[in-house]
Amino acid sequence: MSTKIDRAFYDIGHLDILAEADTPLHRLDPRAKLLTTAVFVVCVVSFGKYEIAGLLPFFLYPAVVIGLAELPLSFLLRKLLLVSPFVIFIGIFNPWLDREVMVQLGPVGISGGWVSFASLLLRFSLTVGAALLLIATTGFGTICMALEQLGAPRVFTVQLLLLYRYLFVLIAESIRMMRAQSLRSFNAKGRISYRVFLQMLGNLLLRTIDRAQRIHMAMLSRAFTGEIRIVRQFSFGYKEACFLAGFGGLFLCLRLTDLTALLGSLVLGITG
Amino acid sequence: MSHHIVEVKDLKFHYPDQTPALRGVSFQIRHGESVAIVGANGAGKSTLLLHLNGYLTPTDGQVRIGDYQLTPETVREVRRTVGMVFQDPDDQLFMSTVFDDVAFGPLNLGFTPEDVTARVEKALATVGVSHLKNRPPHRLSTGQKRRVAIASVLSMSPDILVMDEPSAGLDPRARTQLIELLKSFEHTKIIATHDLDMVVDLCERTIVMHDGLVSADGPTMEIFSDDKLLAASCLEKPLRMQGCPICRCKG
Repeated sequence: MSTKIDRAFYDIGHLDILAEADTPLHRLDPRAKLLTTAVFVVCVVSFGKYEIAGLLPFFLYPAVVIGLAELPLSFLLRKLLLVSPFVIFIGIFNPWLDREVMVQLGPVGISGGWVSFASLLLRFSLTVGAALLLIATTGFGTICMALEQLGAPRVFTVQLLLLYRYLFVLIAESIRMMRAQSLRSFNAKGRISYRVFLQMLGNLLLRTIDRAQRIHMAMLSRAFTGEIRIVRQFSFGYKEACFLAGFGGLFLCLRLTDLTALLGSLVLGITG
Repeated sequence: MSHHIVEVKDLKFHYPDQTPALRGVSFQIRHGESVAIVGANGAGKSTLLLHLNGYLTPTDGQVRIGDYQLTPETVREVRRTVGMVFQDPDDQLFMSTVFDDVAFGPLNLGFTPEDVTARVEKALATVGVSHLKNRPPHRLSTGQKRRVAIASVLSMSPDILVMDEPSAGLDPRARTQLIELLKSFEHTKIIATHDLDMVVDLCERTIVMHDGLVSADGPTMEIFSDDKLLAASCLEKPLRMQGCPICRCKG
């Protein structure tokens, strides 16, 4: 069990390693990538409940990004699978609740529930995939700074930065605790009893508070006055503008026109 | 200006639950001195260090750093003068890249961005980790983290370096390299540690603490030769001053 947690832990760190690569996409100003991702997510999410065909062309963007940034596809798919249970649980009842047949494929009638479930899964893969790609090409810390440059409240970005920084320390601490627990509990199943688990959780909270106090101390001894300052120069040049305008325009186009139907009718028109 | 850069006079401190941690500590440290503070666990070393940068306020007694009596009004100036390196670098390095962390202090002190960048580059070069500039701290080794932690106070150009267990958790080579690095600094150094061999290398003077009091204060070699004092303070001679366990000869 703990080895699974260990692996998930190192996997999060792996996104950072990916973000350190040096490809044209990595070098792009983070604001351009952030805004493009935002347009992408809004376009994908704003489709109707039963939309499937309109969503498919959007897979072009992840494909291009993975290609340009030389990212490992299997790693990203694994990450996507890890989060997928949440969405599956949200959508799994659709087929039961919505039984009206929408599509007739020969003898098989596909209900609206199944269509909306499929659409939900597609939208999930696209949006979460886009977020993962953003982190893998930019790095979490840089995204926070881009957010701030774009006018997000400082309190919010600083919280995010500290959260990300100490996530690793917290996970490492929990792993050590779990390890200590499992080495001294001799039940064969390796399950933690409810009571022990609560105590461990309480202990972790106390350690976290102690750590927070020490961090505050370290901040104070470096003249901290309540505001975290960062020096960072970004340059939003013509490359960034082209990236944002190009992809943003494409997404809007895909959202507003039905490309699949257009292509279909074109092909049918030619053959017919 | 007095020629003593650190002056602690009859310092007493009780924790809020009334546990006495310091029971009247006095000493003076001169410019450029390198002083070790040694003592058993719970002797009051860490509590003492936290008074030197004004994190804790004395229950009774005085702390003077340079020209400033430590009061709530002067605490900012004192913290600029005293660079504090904590025991666990994970506590000290809280920003998301090494550069931002080392820039944190200078930015708070109000230097211009160009000035800050120059200071960061210089501090990182001094401790030999310029190549780690853009890395996130959580992916560094302990030795690298320690160096970055030191750089993060050097960038504020403090006069005094206060360090809590700087050699803890380092492998032997990283430890030796750290000692060489600290030797090259001209700052006044105050080092709380259990690593008495490092004390022999770095500090000409040692203050022994026991039970919230200074039980001895003098030249390092003299103190470490006093078997009775060491035993009374729950300490042992540095390894290199003990006899060789293989050839059984006296060191």
